[in-house]
Amino acid sequence: MYRIFKERMIKGIVTCRIEPDLRQKIESSGNELKALIQQKFGRSLHIREVDTGSCGACESEIIAANNPLYDLQRFGINFVASPRHADALLVTGPVSKNMVLALKKTYEAVGEPKFVISCGDCACGGDIFVSSYYVEGGVDKILPVALHIPGCPPSPMAIINALLVFLREK
Amino acid sequence: MEELKIISELKVVQPDFIPLEAVSLYPDEAYIKVKGEQFADICLVLHKILPSPVEMFFAVDERQKAQKFILNCVFVSLKKSLWVTVSTDISENHPSFDSLAKNIYSANFFEREIYEMFGVLPVGNPDLRRLNLHDEVWPKGSFPLRKDFKAKQPGELDSYKFSRVEGEGVFEVPVGPVHAGIIGPGHFRFSVAGEPIVNLEIRLGFTHRGVEKLFEGRAITEAVKLAERVSGDSAFSHSWAFSMAAEKICGITAPKEATYLRGIFLELERIYNHANDIGGIALDVGFSFASAYASLIKEAILQLNEKLTGSRYLKNINQPGNLEANFTLEKKICLIATLDKVMRDFQELVQILYSSVSFMDRVDTAGVLRKKTARDLGIVGLAARASGIPTDLRKYFPGIYKEAKFKMITQESGDVLARLKVRIQEVEESSRLIREFVTKLDFSRPKVKLTPKSGTALGYIEGWRGPVLYWLKTDINGIIERCKIVDASFHNWQGLSFAALGNIIPDFPLCNKSFDLSYAGNDL
Ligand code: SF4
Repeated sequence: MYRIFKERMIKGIVTCRIEPDLRQKIESSGNELKALIQQKFGRSLHIREVDTGSCGACESEIIAANNPLYDLQRFGINFVASPRHADALLVTGPVSKNMVLALKKTYEAVGEPKFVISCGDCACGGDIFVSSYYVEGGVDKILPVALHIPGCPPSPMAIINALLVFLREK
Repeated sequence: MEELKIISELKVVQPDFIPLEAVSLYPDEAYIKVKGEQFADICLVLHKILPSPVEMFFAVDERQKAQKFILNCVFVSLKKSLWVTVSTDISENHPSFDSLAKNIYSANFFEREIYEMFGVLPVGNPDLRRLNLHDEVWPKGSFPLRKDFKAKQPGELDSYKFSRVEGEGVFEVPVGPVHAGIIGPGHFRFSVAGEPIVNLEIRLGFTHRGVEKLFEGRAITEAVKLAERVSGDSAFSHSWAFSMAAEKICGITAPKEATYLRGIFLELERIYNHANDIGGIALDVGFSFASAYASLIKEAILQLNEKLTGSRYLKNINQPGNLEANFTLEKKICLIATLDKVMRDFQELVQILYSSVSFMDRVDTAGVLRKKTARDLGIVGLAARASGIPTDLRKYFPGIYKEAKFKMITQESGDVLARLKVRIQEVEESSRLIREFVTKLDFSRPKVKLTPKSGTALGYIEGWRGPVLYWLKTDINGIIERCKIVDASFHNWQGLSFAALGNIIPDFPLCNKSFDLSYAGNDL
């Protein structure tokens, strides 16, 4: 307990201790994002993530966006465990044939209104996997996609910024 | 010469054995070609005398050139630092062979894969259910890794048959493929009697993308990109193993400078993933402070990776014969400074975990994988070391790690705590290795020219989960004809299904995280 307390004191709030320009970037994008979410979703946006055949790096970056440094949660974006709690799906991977049904079912389980975001180059059109016998070649082949976040994988900052730009335009 | 020694050892057990061909393809690879009817016997003898699980077992379609399929079964002798490939031809008219899995359990999943991808039947294997081409979406009779495969043919669909445990009070709990966390897809079917898990069947393949087929027809210089996308958290291990195979075929060795840099990056990959898993284990027992702490360590390494290479996941730097990472003195200083800071935080994290009684209580004796089970299943890498099996390619094969007197970490108990301890000590060893490798860098950047050649070779590297293996076959222009990939996850998922037995379902996430296997690397 003592150790935790000590470390907690030494470390302080890490979101504030990072390099100034990154910090500024996160804060300014984040706060705008928060205001937009307040205004458009009534406080918070809940997202359910679905992997349809990603290599795992996209997931890793989405998780990183939730670490104490970027801390997406404080801007009102939560990743939820069930599609029933979600407003949006965040889908990675080029959509393996084995995941088509699961993806559709997950989408159906999300309450209306809802939208789909595809994350990473392979979710946006299949990228290097597009010619494979076993992929559908992108999320938009299966579901209507409202936002693409490009990158392989997109960095946490890119994810935050893409959401920001999207919500600004909506 | 090594192949002759192996042959004479084989002859002790099988006096009448005469190979069709026996050669040393490379100093670290022996190749023995045998008649079809001897294949299963010879593999069994090698399995016992080396001793080695089946590390790789795959088919190559040569029907267009030679009206045959080739089967290659790869074993490893750690003591001799040698890979041994047993090979046999199978006529295209009777695409079948005597199953190895009847006697060697670790061949089982490979045989299922050979059957689903090539339609070559392992006669006598009792379990031919498909792994990656799910029966619900892929009709019978379409074999995608055959060379003449164009598109799937219409045919009968089916459904998967789970093994069932029946009896009074036995419940089945299906989970997945979409899980609660931000994680890959897989289906877990638990059978529980009361609280303990009595059977766990793991059905994977949900992230199958047909990667091996995508390699075919690509030039070796362009295929690294694909190797990096096989399993994102092991992007560097995969690009290195691939490059190594390509380098061997082309008869070149990467310059020392590049090899040290590769060593540094491989260890950075290990550190960020181990930190991630230690955090994950903490999170799965509800210890969120430690988990957040670990995620910062991971983030620090990812940011360091970006500073050093331009990529948080160490992509786009490895090339056969080369490593593109303009590594300057400033970068070296930055590397060491960050490493110092990270290691300080890491020590603190370890202290926090070790001094939390409730945490230690949860990880101790949870998810035990016994040594005997691990051996029988052919478990590799970190999970094997945690169960007391000394196996680490870094220790047993010559190269920069041997020079740096690499210290292999093992534990005996095989539980979550053992896997945690192996991770913790490996991070410390990695940090030492990086410091050692850095002193060897001289900042000259010689490049080696790659002239495409035809041939076959095995590339291997001990990634953070365990061995990453790439077997490549190229034609005269350096175009890939076949690429077989085995990630440690392919062996180790089965270990998880045994480790979970006797535990309660709420402890399953903990067991799972302590293995932290790749879905994408398994499903390919
Ligand atoms: S976009 Fe890139 S990083 Fe993301 S899942 Fe696809 S291959 Fe992996």
